[in-house]
Amino acid sequence: MTWQGWLITAIAVGGAVGALAGVQKTAGEILLVGVVGLYLALAFSLGGTKRQVVTDSRASGSDDDPELENGAAKVIVPPEIYGTQTPREIAEEIISRSGKFADTAEDGASSDSVIVVSHLTKQFGQRVAFEDVSFNVHRGEVFGFLGPNGAGKTSTVRTLSTLVSPTSGTAQVAGIPLNADRDVEIRHRIAVMTEVPGLYLRLSVTENLAFFAGLYGYRDAQPRIDRALEAVNLSSRASDLCGSLSKGLRQRVGLARALLNDPEIIFLDEPTAGLDPVASLEVHDLIIDLRDKGVTVFLTTHRLDEAEKLCDRVAILNTTLRTVGRIDDLRQRMFHKSILVSTAVPLADPEGLFSSIGSVAGWSTDDTGGYVLTVSDVRVAAPAIARALVAAGADVLSLVEGHHSLEEVYLELVGAGSMGGVR
Amino acid sequence: MSQSAIRIRAVIRKEFQEYRRNRFIIYTMGTLPLIFTALPVITLFSISNTEAPSIVKTQVAITLLLLLVIPVVLPATIAAYSVIGERDQGTLEPLLTTPVTREEFLLGKSLAATIPTVGVAYTFFIVLVVAIRLGASSVVAHQVWQPSWFLAELLFAPLLAAWSVWVGTAISARSSDVRVAQQLGTLASLPALVLPLLMSLQVFKPTAAVAIVIALALAAIDVGAWRIVSKMFDRERLITGASAVTMRAEAGT
Repeated sequence: MTWQGWLITAIAVGGAVGALAGVQKTAGEILLVGVVGLYLALAFSLGGTKRQVVTDSRASGSDDDPELENGAAKVIVPPEIYGTQTPREIAEEIISRSGKFADTAEDGASSDSVIVVSHLTKQFGQRVAFEDVSFNVHRGEVFGFLGPNGAGKTSTVRTLSTLVSPTSGTAQVAGIPLNADRDVEIRHRIAVMTEVPGLYLRLSVTENLAFFAGLYGYRDAQPRIDRALEAVNLSSRASDLCGSLSKGLRQRVGLARALLNDPEIIFLDEPTAGLDPVASLEVHDLIIDLRDKGVTVFLTTHRLDEAEKLCDRVAILNTTLRTVGRIDDLRQRMFHKSILVSTAVPLADPEGLFSSIGSVAGWSTDDTGGYVLTVSDVRVAAPAIARALVAAGADVLSLVEGHHSLEEVYLELVGAGSMGGVR
Repeated sequence: MSQSAIRIRAVIRKEFQEYRRNRFIIYTMGTLPLIFTALPVITLFSISNTEAPSIVKTQVAITLLLLLVIPVVLPATIAAYSVIGERDQGTLEPLLTTPVTREEFLLGKSLAATIPTVGVAYTFFIVLVVAIRLGASSVVAHQVWQPSWFLAELLFAPLLAAWSVWVGTAISARSSDVRVAQQLGTLASLPALVLPLLMSLQVFKPTAAVAIVIALALAAIDVGAWRIVSKMFDRERLITGASAVTMRAEAGT
């Protein structure tokens, strides 16, 4: 039994003994002792409750995972690490060179940055949600925030949207320093759409939006509500109860709610999760519209195709920040440029043929029996390869530039860190 | 109207809309007081003018005390649902990302629970005293129509309701289960009845002065409870299940 338990027991026993011994002469006194005991019990049970398990299903990050600091739109992989390294080796190199060649967030910050994050860390007790994260987000861009489950994405969004406070580090959101004194000011200028729309199902769409408009302090909110509903193409369902809407429509109501305050920055956490392709497409169009209107979109997503389609830049987080940059830049730095050659019949002497072409650095075969040629400049190499193949009498079926998806970049960076570089 | 007032009003209006859509809340609000007061009221009406004054006095005191149970019990479950209910249905996080402050949110929630409760309590009291004036014996009517009882009902109903709401909200802000919160909330609100109970039991003589003193004591308790509850409303704990202060201490920063 804890000391609180002993104290309560002592009060209860004391009260009973006192009553029996006639020390407490009136019913009122006995009652008061009982009440004090009850409240003490409640106070201890509320105050002394063991801290609940953190509901976020975050994996604890490995403490020795080095991170990569970087400035906005900076190319983060130095040229000297190219060469004959595989993408996996490049990814490991990026992670192992943490901070040696990347710019700090402060260096990369500009007057155009609406989010400036510097060495931000959030721990839940001993568990690290994200650690020493630095990046900038520019005004009017769609910034993708990618990472596996438990990487700390949602915690980062919650921190930047003032729901939780950072353990260390600094950040500015919409030009306002992230601290408890100015959190209301920040919340006036941002909007957050959580993965679960979080609607009052017994209220209508309009009633839901009117409530949130009221929380923003708008006196006559109807024009705003109409505009928001129009933006998500839901005007015809305005008076429907949210409980009667499909998941996709609820997601759209959530988006409409996020538009109510004309935010400078909108945080979208998995906005297309669970939506059908058509509904996803509508959300994509809406995000593009927002960007066109100058709204900064901070997009957290698992869908790499979505990120590739929508994002001007992406950050990849796996407790520590792995990289930030434009997708094309990442792709180019992560993977060697290549040309894929397919022939009707396998070449008799591919080594002899390809090594004779000066612009080809190396070659290999792929799963389909084609050839993957590593080149430094596609424009120079492609004609030379075509000429050499024709001269060798090869029946060329195709000759195309190799393309690497964001998914490949992502898997190399996240995989390298999470697997300790061993595969 | 200030932005703060608009926000508080928005919370109240939303709560009322939810009550309206959930008829069970309204039915409970209407029937619970009936159950509490039916038997003692019938007893009051059965008392004749020849009854001993002490019995009349005791019976009136018990009935009026039971009327004060209404503002304690009615808002307890609603208040206990107020925070954890929002978390349960996933609305708390979107709500907390708006500029609403914890004080505005809590005040809106508490007023939304207190206003209808006080309305129901006053209505029952008025109906009862008027019915007694018209239909009960003159000794009962004389005993009920005392300024001290009117003052007690007028002052105690909102103060007891407020107490019940703050206790329920505190429990709601710390609980992880709606059912536990509602049961604890009801239980924890009951001890507030001690002060009016002492008055009913004639531990204190039921005078207007005593009623005012007890009301002042309840008001002081309410203000204290409001401050404590405001401090207990920790955004971080509500969202993640862990308090920022605790986590910083554990992280050693």
